[in-house]
Amino acid sequence: MSDAVLPLLIALPLLAAIFPPLLGLRFDQTGWPVAMATALLVAVLAGRLAWAVSPGSGGPRRFVHELAGYPAPYGIELVGDGLSAILALLIGVVAVAVLVYARTTGPDSDAFYSGLLLLTGGLLGMTLTGDLFNLFVFLEIVGLVSYALIASSDDPRAAYGALKYLFLGTAGASFYLIGVGYAFVATGTLNMRDMAAELAALGYSDPLVQASFGFILIGFMLKIAIFPLHTWQPDAYTYAPDTVSAFISALVSTTAAYALIRIAYDVFTVQFFAANPLITDAVLLVASVSIVVGSLLALLQTELKRIFAYSSVAQFGMILAAIALQSETALFGAVIHLVGHGLMKATLFMGAGVLASAYGAHTVADYAGLAKRAPITGGMMAIAGLALVGIPPSVGTLGKWFIALGAVEEGSLGVAAVIFVSTLLTLTYIGRLLETLYFNQPAATDDDPGVTDSVDDVDDGASMVADGGDSSTATGIDDIAPVATERVVVVVVLALSTVALFGAAGLFAELLDPVFGRFFQ
Amino acid sequence: MTDFLGVVTTRHAYALFVLVSAIGLYMMIANENLVKKIIGLNMFQTGIFLFFVTSAYRIGGAAPIVEHGAGPYVSPLPQVIVLTAIVVGISLTAVGLALTIRLYSAYGTLRADALREVIGDE
Repeated sequence: MSDAVLPLLIALPLLAAIFPPLLGLRFDQTGWPVAMATALLVAVLAGRLAWAVSPGSGGPRRFVHELAGYPAPYGIELVGDGLSAILALLIGVVAVAVLVYARTTGPDSDAFYSGLLLLTGGLLGMTLTGDLFNLFVFLEIVGLVSYALIASSDDPRAAYGALKYLFLGTAGASFYLIGVGYAFVATGTLNMRDMAAELAALGYSDPLVQASFGFILIGFMLKIAIFPLHTWQPDAYTYAPDTVSAFISALVSTTAAYALIRIAYDVFTVQFFAANPLITDAVLLVASVSIVVGSLLALLQTELKRIFAYSSVAQFGMILAAIALQSETALFGAVIHLVGHGLMKATLFMGAGVLASAYGAHTVADYAGLAKRAPITGGMMAIAGLALVGIPPSVGTLGKWFIALGAVEEGSLGVAAVIFVSTLLTLTYIGRLLETLYFNQPAATDDDPGVTDSVDDVDDGASMVADGGDSSTATGIDDIAPVATERVVVVVVLALSTVALFGAAGLFAELLDPVFGRFFQ
Repeated sequence: MTDFLGVVTTRHAYALFVLVSAIGLYMMIANENLVKKIIGLNMFQTGIFLFFVTSAYRIGGAAPIVEHGAGPYVSPLPQVIVLTAIVVGISLTAVGLALTIRLYSAYGTLRADALREVIGDE
């Protein structure tokens, strides 16, 4: 493989984003095919990148592409290694899944598909770039498109959520820019590898370097939505169209967290944390508070999408804690949890979207007894929910296990305890959802024009067998408002992937081995 | 005293960067009018641009068009950064204003506190 796949991964979706509105001038319904073809191509290219950096290919474990042929410290370089390949693959897979899901739900406009492609390109840019200012540009591309996509809902409250996100997201990106500016003034370079060498020569206790890291950290904490700075996130996720909620919750914060890992360990390196125990402790404290408060806030919500949004605050607190632990085990867990959380949240938001469009169910109370009527989607949401708690076998178990193990290894028993408490809290709100879903009777005043309601109470055993049979995928839910089968299939595939990835720890380890070897030399 | 004067005369642009950014950020947070919030956001970003441009300044520096014996040159990189960041800032302002217009046509107000009340935000 040549390194040309790196610029292709970024340029392809960005260029393809022009075509939906352009073709829309002459033809109808071109947005989806263009977006789908591009997303499939991106997923294949990301798969090739992942294969190329894996030990199985026998090639180099790290690819570098110099844009326009300018050499590294002057030009911008794109870097593909195990870590960025995992993220690129996640972006490709989720983009394909979301597009399959979006075919029938929309928002069906050419601009929406353009936005989705721009977002994919921006996220891939953040993943692959090796230049700090280039990262800022992609961060802002991702931000801008996210605001626009969130506001694409018919609900005017979505515009409110988007505007709130715009203020906080832009402040975050600007703080990041200040941090990069300080680091640039200190070292005179913007290339990540070059800056790592310059910073090591300068010393990590230089006030300018400390301030630079502080600003970058605050900027990313705003973008990732860590507790005191998370206020944009619940509104944005709740009011956005279901498709957009799934895409953004699975990828946008995830990629920002990846960028923080990249900068913390590739630019500032683990010695920076060792030289600044105060910064490390402060990050651990903030992360711990975020884990607990995020879980508690999730517990207080009644609206499903809000529960999942606050749950993200807790999960990303865990990832931030893993970054500050300076432990290889914990960081390994953080990367697995990034991928796992992305897949779980995509499943949960898409599942919630299916149930919302079939039954108009938005709150936990609406979910009473829905599992009987929608056994497939309900069951898959249950699987993803249990994965979020960390019940084995699931990818959620792996991520939490390695983060907690790293915390114990480093002697940070407090962090391990916080993770344990948060797991119990997660179990509480997921448990409440499952209880409502499976054991509560639907409200008697149900005014749905359902014909099967009377049957449900009498012989639900029989109807369960009829619905839950292996052949009929969507029959359980097409009795109220028909939902396209492929939406359910996507939810099923994603939910099963969170279970299947339980066995993939070795695969992750093989891909990440050379990267972590560099981080923790 | 001379030290203080030295800082004021040579570093005033950095003080201005902090001042402009802080005022902009405060305006974005404290003002309830959405348009003024956007103006505050712009001011915050402008402060950052000022920092970058100042950091590239050097006494007697020439524009970085390389000729023989014409140095020293000003570093062009921060200026390119600012140019890019200005473009990003303009796009953000456009999206922000578009969202504001949509909110105004839906709720008939530009005030964030009134919107919070209508929407029932916590």
